Amino acid sequence: MQLTILATTLLLLTLIGFYLGRSRAVASAGGNRRQLHSLPGYHGVYVALWCGLPALFIVALWLVVEPHVIEALVLSGLPEGMTDVGPGQLSLLINEIRNAANGVSFFGEPNPAVVAAAERYNALHQIGFAAMGVVAAAAAIGGLAWARRRIAPNMRARNRVEKAIMAILIVLSTISVLTTIGIVLSLLFESIRFFSRVPVTEFLFGLQWSPQTAIREDQVGSSGAFGAVPLFAGTMLITLIAMCVAVPVGLLSAIYLADYASPRVRSVVKPVLEVLAGIPTVVYGFFAALTVAPFVRDAGASAGLDVASFSALAAGLVMGIMIIPYVSSLSDDVMNAVPQTLRDGSYALGATKSETIRQVVFPAALPGIVGAILLAVSRAIGETMIVVMAAGLAANLTANPLEAVTTVTVQIVTLLVGDQEFDSAKTLAAFALGLLLFCVTLILNIIALRVVRKYREKYD
Amino acid sequence: MMVMDRSNRATAPTAPAPGAQAEATAEATAGVYGPLKISAQGVDVFYGDKQALKQVDLDIHENQVTALIGPSGCGKSTFLRCLNRMNDVIESARVRGTILLDGQNIYDRDLDVVTLRARVGMVFQKPNPFPKSIYDNVAYGPRIHGIGSGKAELDEIVATSLERAGLLKEVKDRLHEPGTGLSGGQQQRLCIARAIAVNPDVILMDEPCSALDPIATARVEELIDELRENYTIVIVTHSMQQAARVSQRTAFFHLGELVEVGDTEQIFTSPRDERTQGYITGRFG
Amino acid sequence: MTDIAREGHRGRPAAQHADLSQARLRRRYAAERRFKLYGVLAICLAIGVLGILLFSVVSKGYTAFVKTEIGLDVYFDPEEIDPEGTRDPAVLADANYDRVIRDAFERTFPEVSERRERRALSDLVSSGAWLVLRDRVLEDPSVIGTTERVWFRASDDVDMLMKGYIPRDVPETARRVSDAQIAWIDALDEAGQVGTRFNLDFFTAGDSREPELAGIWGAVVGTFLTMVVTLVLSFPLAVATAVYLEEFAPKNRWTDLIEVNINNLAAVPSIVFGLLGLAVFLGWFGLPRSAPLVGGMVLALMNLPIIIIAGRASLKAVPPSIREAALAVGASRLQVVTHHVLPLAMPGILTGTIIGMAHALGETAPLLMIGMVAFIVDIPSGFTDAATVLPVQIFLWADSPERAFVEKTSAAIIVLLGFLVIMNALAVILRRRFERRW
Repeated sequence: MQLTILATTLLLLTLIGFYLGRSRAVASAGGNRRQLHSLPGYHGVYVALWCGLPALFIVALWLVVEPHVIEALVLSGLPEGMTDVGPGQLSLLINEIRNAANGVSFFGEPNPAVVAAAERYNALHQIGFAAMGVVAAAAAIGGLAWARRRIAPNMRARNRVEKAIMAILIVLSTISVLTTIGIVLSLLFESIRFFSRVPVTEFLFGLQWSPQTAIREDQVGSSGAFGAVPLFAGTMLITLIAMCVAVPVGLLSAIYLADYASPRVRSVVKPVLEVLAGIPTVVYGFFAALTVAPFVRDAGASAGLDVASFSALAAGLVMGIMIIPYVSSLSDDVMNAVPQTLRDGSYALGATKSETIRQVVFPAALPGIVGAILLAVSRAIGETMIVVMAAGLAANLTANPLEAVTTVTVQIVTLLVGDQEFDSAKTLAAFALGLLLFCVTLILNIIALRVVRKYREKYD
Repeated sequence: MMVMDRSNRATAPTAPAPGAQAEATAEATAGVYGPLKISAQGVDVFYGDKQALKQVDLDIHENQVTALIGPSGCGKSTFLRCLNRMNDVIESARVRGTILLDGQNIYDRDLDVVTLRARVGMVFQKPNPFPKSIYDNVAYGPRIHGIGSGKAELDEIVATSLERAGLLKEVKDRLHEPGTGLSGGQQQRLCIARAIAVNPDVILMDEPCSALDPIATARVEELIDELRENYTIVIVTHSMQQAARVSQRTAFFHLGELVEVGDTEQIFTSPRDERTQGYITGRFG
Repeated sequence: MTDIAREGHRGRPAAQHADLSQARLRRRYAAERRFKLYGVLAICLAIGVLGILLFSVVSKGYTAFVKTEIGLDVYFDPEEIDPEGTRDPAVLADANYDRVIRDAFERTFPEVSERRERRALSDLVSSGAWLVLRDRVLEDPSVIGTTERVWFRASDDVDMLMKGYIPRDVPETARRVSDAQIAWIDALDEAGQVGTRFNLDFFTAGDSREPELAGIWGAVVGTFLTMVVTLVLSFPLAVATAVYLEEFAPKNRWTDLIEVNINNLAAVPSIVFGLLGLAVFLGWFGLPRSAPLVGGMVLALMNLPIIIIAGRASLKAVPPSIREAALAVGASRLQVVTHHVLPLAMPGILTGTIIGMAHALGETAPLLMIGMVAFIVDIPSGFTDAATVLPVQIFLWADSPERAFVEKTSAAIIVLLGFLVIMNALAVILRRRFERRW
């Protein structure tokens, strides 16, 4: 709320800056606009930029730094003995203070120290915000005055504004790089903490996955095991089943659409296939859990097979359906890139369409198709909702598609959803799995994109 | 010696030297043509609403090279593609009229395109070897048509075809390397080898040298002249000199019409139609 | 060379003619037909599965748009509601309306006397049914002391029974509705005291533990707030990046890096973005859990590469001649872009944005990571309130054991798909309307 008021104020100042700059420019030229180097509007934007940007920078800085500063101040003010606990307890304490400060209280009688800390928290927050508001407003007004004074008919306002806008564009375009860096750093940071408790080798090669660690020392079953091999195996099994569905169906439909279908059929069928890609994965998960899994179980039962109610087969089949459009649209592109002259060459020798496709087009497109399949595999590995809803939680090490298996993404979700304690090996394990997932999909993507690009260059 | 002769002519600036031309065509034509191979009667082609060919009548005789010339967009390639029904591949194309191959209409309902194309081979403007080995490129046609049952037979067909395309010596040691690794001229001769491996009666060539350098062009032209003994060849070319060098009969197309057809020598020396005259003297096209 | 070739091949060549026999041709054409059939089968399979999926969702979900109601003749007993006779709203709001309903049941079925049976009887209506009475009394206190036919929402089990989801012909222990309850319902039905009505509450209520009371409005508002944040963040960022990379960036290592980075970011699993949000936005910046603000930020980062790639494609499609023409009349490069290129590319960028937003609208996994999976009854009123979104609501309901939630889940899916259809239709219209061929 306060932030909204501040933002509105700053915006208003910026707007005022724009008009002041513009009118000043017109006045400085004595009403003769032709004497100005740049249009008056550019002078206005110039002043507005000087007014808004520094203030914006200050607000952003404050938003980033403030929580940590206040947290440190509040903690240092707490009575002795409350802060020298483990980092997990500490973050719980901080949460409690924050909740108390927001007026939310969960557990009966609050600790008086916590209440005091919450009051201090609120006070500090108020003071900090007020100070920041004043500084930001001052910066805005100062920038406005300074820039306005510099306006003269021969000032190259347009060039300056364009330079500033270019700088802004460059800064904004680095956000995507920052995102990647953020992903890598946050995953690495937490994973390193995880690996300081659980050795990397145990994680990568251990055959036992049961992440339930005890919260209290004396609890039973406190031995968490973090061997991720069953998760990899489960992920691979489900991905394999998905590919067994998606690759033949996707490829054959792409071939049919590219080489056989009339334009009318193509214009209908292609969007319909794309609908499959547009359906949210949670819907597929629901479909898998409620329709496909029981169907598979009943079909298995009538064939005398014992199928788990959340079998890998059901999840894999539905994931395969989800992947179909990726395979078909990518391989459609790839096969369209095969030059018509190759097809003509084959037809001119008296080959039928299917002979041409199987013996000329398909081999020519093979590298591209492999790239497309790799991309599809990486999507299947990273897919979450279908397996969360339709695959199991038990980490079975099995190759039997009729049994329940669990996957990397399922475990990430189960480890992090619900009540969790910070800094336990359990939560950190999720980040280690995330890092692994990120690396595997990244490698697959890089290979696939490179293969596809090489392939494209070949026929360009 | 022939190579020398031809490359000399390739550098000659405008109209061919009549004397040399006479020497090349004398034995083959001698005023009479061989038996009739293809006869096109009243052929119309439409691409959508646009008419690309209007009422073309043309006879093509055995063991002869017939050249189709004309400015770009005149319909000469379209006509060529009618002869083995390659226009079927283009969705908007419609063909009307009759084209008789050995007396049989190739646009007959009963006639099978696969059969037709096995008899009428084609070589394209840009060399288009399949992304397979040289061997597999040549063996592709025989394999799909069931020629040569065993490996030995297939080996022999591949070797003969490559030899007759004048390529065997150059690629003998790397038959199993990709055909796309050859030079442009070699690729085009590979495509010719691929076409003759099926042993067709007719070979259609659509500007086979337009993507090649002069030396490679000379090799291919030489090859065309040799192939004439066994095959009926129809060649589309935008180069009048090439038509003069390799063909015995020449047909001139203009704006979708067949303007004039006759002995190559006659077309180039004394054209009857003034449009032909204008084209060969370089006034347009 | 020439001579060898000539000598070896005078006359017809040695090679055999192509085997064009009818038998072989028939075989080849049979293979051709088979191959074509595989293609048709593949497409039919894909479309068939899509059909089954949609059918199973719609057939399970359409009944959620109506609700079963039970009409009872309620005697607004002054003793029960307002014993003092003050008509004080505070007293009226606090009265025990459950008892009033129980009395109404007892009057309808006087033969039921046993305690347990009475409870089973009043279980026919929803546990939230008393709210109807309270609202009725508060609205018009003069009804106290009169008898009136009031329609109550049936409990989820009765609702399921009436919609045919609970079979009547199985042993009593195998279903959630007892034989006695079925008999009562049938009696009520015969007396015209059971009816169905359009389930408006489904669209206006928040989440609830009781299936018959649960609605999607909370999730819809949460979705809206989240999408606003996503759009506000991702659109300007993506357009700026696309414009910079396509129009201004020099070709060097740095821009190459950005480009590779964007392509790879587009393929990072969505759950990893959730982990990023958890570690950075919640852990480092200390933003509130479960908030649309954080959800929107995470989805914006996920959306960014999609819009950038679409934006670059449509910027690239603007022919260079337009840029040259503008430069030639003395426009600066920035003016060229803002005055000419960007307006021409805007339909394409907007189409990409809508498609990206549709993608974000269906996204679930990253939002689970940042705690938008909590059970939230209240309708969120701001960007930092705890909220959930439609796909997560679907996930939560799909996890609930009650049979009635299956219907609710499917109905929520229908609504979600409806939104997606609208957005994609918008994108298609935009593309058709402004598509330009240069």
